[in-house]
Amino acid sequence: MERIAIVGVGQTKHERRKRADSFADMVYEVTTKALADASMTIKDVDNVITVSNDFWDGRTISSMAVTDACGSNGKNVSTVEGDGTFGALYGMMRILSGYYGTTLVVSHLKGSESSMPHITNAMFDPVYERMLGLDSISSSALQARAYMDRYGITEEQCARVSVKNHKNAKNNPNAQVAMDITIDDVMKSRMLADPIKLYDCSPISDGACAIILANEKRAQKITKKPVWVRGVGYCAEAYHLGDRDLADPIALKAAAKKAYSMAGITNPRAEIDVAEIYDAFSYMELLWMEGLGLCEPGRAGRLVEQGVTEMGGELPINPSGGVLSAHTVLVAGLVRIVEAALQLRGDSGKRQVAGAKTALAHGINGPCGQSHCVWILGN
Amino acid sequence: MAKAKGGVEEMVLKGKIKVPYTWYVGECASRFYVELRDNKRIFGTKCAKCNKVIVPPRSSCGKCFVPITEWVEVKDTGVVQTYTVVHYAVPGIQPLKPPYAYGIIKLDGADTGFVHVIVGADLTALKAGTRVKAVFKEERQGNMLDIQYFTPV
Repeated sequence: MERIAIVGVGQTKHERRKRADSFADMVYEVTTKALADASMTIKDVDNVITVSNDFWDGRTISSMAVTDACGSNGKNVSTVEGDGTFGALYGMMRILSGYYGTTLVVSHLKGSESSMPHITNAMFDPVYERMLGLDSISSSALQARAYMDRYGITEEQCARVSVKNHKNAKNNPNAQVAMDITIDDVMKSRMLADPIKLYDCSPISDGACAIILANEKRAQKITKKPVWVRGVGYCAEAYHLGDRDLADPIALKAAAKKAYSMAGITNPRAEIDVAEIYDAFSYMELLWMEGLGLCEPGRAGRLVEQGVTEMGGELPINPSGGVLSAHTVLVAGLVRIVEAALQLRGDSGKRQVAGAKTALAHGINGPCGQSHCVWILGN
Repeated sequence: MAKAKGGVEEMVLKGKIKVPYTWYVGECASRFYVELRDNKRIFGTKCAKCNKVIVPPRSSCGKCFVPITEWVEVKDTGVVQTYTVVHYAVPGIQPLKPPYAYGIIKLDGADTGFVHVIVGADLTALKAGTRVKAVFKEERQGNMLDIQYFTPV
């Protein structure tokens, strides 16, 4: 396969409510930031992928409403309704098609402007499940319980993830919820849907993110610090929750296997220096660690207790603070890629993992991680 | 008064999107809902290839990717596989007033999990493995809430 690189990145600060910016303002901001980062002009962008969701934006064909703001008039624009990691995947494929040398991928969300439970309820099948009133929190609680029951994972172990990631967020100027909290604070936070409590839960966020991808020839002209895509894997499993074993993320295992195989990784725990994982809820970081093969099933809780995933640990996970510290849905997976790329460039400031050479970024789509997209990046 | 960038007064447009839909549920779910409404019976479909009984029924098997034609009645009792007690209220989408539980229930005779609500005197006693039974509504309309809830037995 032709080598593809990330040559420019940009993101907004993620906030509970962005008063100062409309969708278009956010998209314009991240597009110009990514172009400046790559020392490119909009003329150097061959095609554009926009990532958004109509329910959240409150309009149909939301992905086409930001074309002005991402400078894509007169260019080929296509769209992804799903996590930004899948938008990046599509952007990469378009370069691999041979038609384009560069792709701009941009994603935006304003979670503040509508109602999270109403919108996430609408991801469920209207024929069989939607009337039951499930949303992202209650459905994830079913998965959390299934996972914790299977392996004896404790609420305290999940709480540690929240403590770690909110602390990491203090080193990230773009994070939304940066704070020093204790396990006790998490345990005593308001019960939403047991075992998920308020501090186990990612926030409602506004923000945007953009990356620019390039083929090898263009990448080497554009930047001295290209971040290379070494492997990508993606897989989906059954849609209906009752058809799945929620404690066994088989789609993630398959996605990770493909990504590792493509990148030539045989021992991911030893070979990956830093990982940005889609931790929409604290238990997810643990469950996804296992699905990613970073430890045996049921062992992730112990790893977190041992400090393996903290800054300074053997494998720091979510130095950015993760999704727990800013959950711009759809954007969040693209942010994981950007954070991984910044680590490999040595541009992560106070959240830098020293000497990172191989990074993992991960995004999810659909209820309880129905599908996964795993990226292995290198410098 | 909130100020946007540049010190301008922040203007917010309020709206509400309410669009009527009429979702045809398909022949398969139609049969399921007619049985539920008229006879208080729960049906699944059985894949001829993997022999799995899928409830609620589907007209094709997601695993084997073959059409399914065989219908099988399952019991209105089953075992809780996983559950959560919901403590927050979202008026308009939740069928009950919290606290109430969600469960994925393996109905007796089924091979897949059935997602529904669970109501009982002591929800804190709910566990994986708890046996539950469906309570049907008196006035049934042919939808998932014809089963009012499941309750521990």
